Amino acid sequence: MKRLVMKMKYEVRFSGTGGQGIIRCAVLLAEAALYDGYFAAQSQVYGPESRGGSSQGEVVIKDTPIYYPKVTVPDVLLCLSQEAYNKYAGDIAEGGLLICDSDFVQPDGREGDTVQLCRLPMLETARDKLQNELSANVLALGVLVGLTNVVSEAAVHRALANNFKAKILPLNLTAYQEGFQMAQSQAAALNK
Amino acid sequence: MTEIKNKHVQLMQGNEACALGAIKAGASFFGGYPITPSTEIAEYIAREFPKLGRYFMQMEDEIASIGAMIGASMVGHKAFTATSGPGFSLMQELIGYAAVAEIPLVIIDVMRFGPSTGLPTMPQSGDIMQARWGTHGDHSIIALSPSSVQEAYYTTIRAFNLAEQYRTPVVVLLDEKIGHLREGFDISQDLEPEIINRADFVDKAATSAGGGKYLPFANTPSGVPPFVPLGQGERYHFTGLTHNQAGFYTADAEQVATFMHRLCHKIEDHVNEIAEVEQLDCAGADCVIIAYGAVARSAQEAMVELQSQGYKVGLLRLKTIWPFPAEQIREICADKKLVVMPEMNMGQLAVEAKAALIGSGVPFHSITQVNGRLIAPAPIMQAVIEQMAEHSVKQGGGR
Repeated sequence: MKRLVMKMKYEVRFSGTGGQGIIRCAVLLAEAALYDGYFAAQSQVYGPESRGGSSQGEVVIKDTPIYYPKVTVPDVLLCLSQEAYNKYAGDIAEGGLLICDSDFVQPDGREGDTVQLCRLPMLETARDKLQNELSANVLALGVLVGLTNVVSEAAVHRALANNFKAKILPLNLTAYQEGFQMAQSQAAALNK
Repeated sequence: MTEIKNKHVQLMQGNEACALGAIKAGASFFGGYPITPSTEIAEYIAREFPKLGRYFMQMEDEIASIGAMIGASMVGHKAFTATSGPGFSLMQELIGYAAVAEIPLVIIDVMRFGPSTGLPTMPQSGDIMQARWGTHGDHSIIALSPSSVQEAYYTTIRAFNLAEQYRTPVVVLLDEKIGHLREGFDISQDLEPEIINRADFVDKAATSAGGGKYLPFANTPSGVPPFVPLGQGERYHFTGLTHNQAGFYTADAEQVATFMHRLCHKIEDHVNEIAEVEQLDCAGADCVIIAYGAVARSAQEAMVELQSQGYKVGLLRLKTIWPFPAEQIREICADKKLVVMPEMNMGQLAVEAKAALIGSGVPFHSITQVNGRLIAPAPIMQAVIEQMAEHSVKQGGGR
């Protein structure tokens, strides 16, 4: 799989179910982008309910000031639920990257032929290997950064340290590394 | 591991920036009732105020909230609240009281989609006219509208300054998009903002301490009487009834008329000092887009794209909504070939902008969108292109 390289404007959408930490995931990426010296804008769409229902967080990263702060055509889309896939997969940019949870999302091709598809058992890995399903969002961020290198490791670490209390920071760092490694293996497998 | 490139920047939400601005401005009392999409402000203040020895009070509803704020402001606190459309509606009666009793307050209204419960988590610039005319009777009001997270910080500070300077409630109108937007916040290189305090306006000579008699509602030349808070040596009367200079009820026709004119003119006569607009490439433009709040961001994106296609387009961003900068708009737009105004409502402020341009002969086109979404740049571009064609303004053509 080829690495996506930084361009003038980079749009990422994270989607799933309320309570999965989708918006936190977007916050972490936006924060890391700022630390790397980019401009970043993070916004979200959510319903009145605090758990359940669809949830999406989005990030625009640019090397110049961001006026319109919303994502229009995402370069990268992360889906942690089928509902999210159904809703957003059609919006993804040509040649973009779609990252799906392999247990919870069955792609039906609506993303188009040009989109690179990466399916990984992110929720299962978080639950079984890390013993904490709540860390799936940070693991997914690791996958995304591992595949795209959109932000630096130092910036992500700083963002994680700023978002999680000392007690749960080690778990989240592990989750991030786990996701990053999963992305590396996936990329190697696809490049064979 | 690579170095961090930007060490000073923080990712901050618009609502957090408002809370931070209130703390910087010296706010010492928050009375409120949490409501989406403004709740992050109350949460931030509830966490930070006790550490600073300031007061956070969650009330039973928004009516009680503004009542508590008014009491706090009367005794000298810089008082504020954060709410959204439904809560702002409940506050309206006492906003009128605060206007007539000339009590400085700051109300941060993070506008959500209405009317009624509407779409609690989605944006609308729905409270533009509620901010102006939500309470009954003639009065004037100040309302500000930031377009970015960093501007939300400085706008909130300015709201507190204006409240003290003009003895009036001031409304900060954010829309949900700016309230919940997170982006870079870095004030490390900025100058310290000016902070205006009530005491700055109290002329000691006019108080009994200075030998004279203190008139809490004096007809001063500026229209703004100095405010000595209760409990600081002056004994006087507050009422929602129409009152004389000493603060007691009067129905005397001349005194009532004098009071009413002062109440309105103390703000309207200072529109040029209060109302701030930002001009981007307006000089030399054929078409000016007028916008405020989050929509101004879409408008700027549309402007840049249209300019790259050869259109001469400028942006006039309203940082202040009330008092309405009609004269400034007329000066900037009177020689243009087209004015376009996108709004996330059915054209609430377009009515005022259009009125400002009456007699100028400039075609005015209002773009409205009421679907719970931020207007994207594309419909603004499309409207500009279509309207330019209709009024036969050539692309890239000289004036």
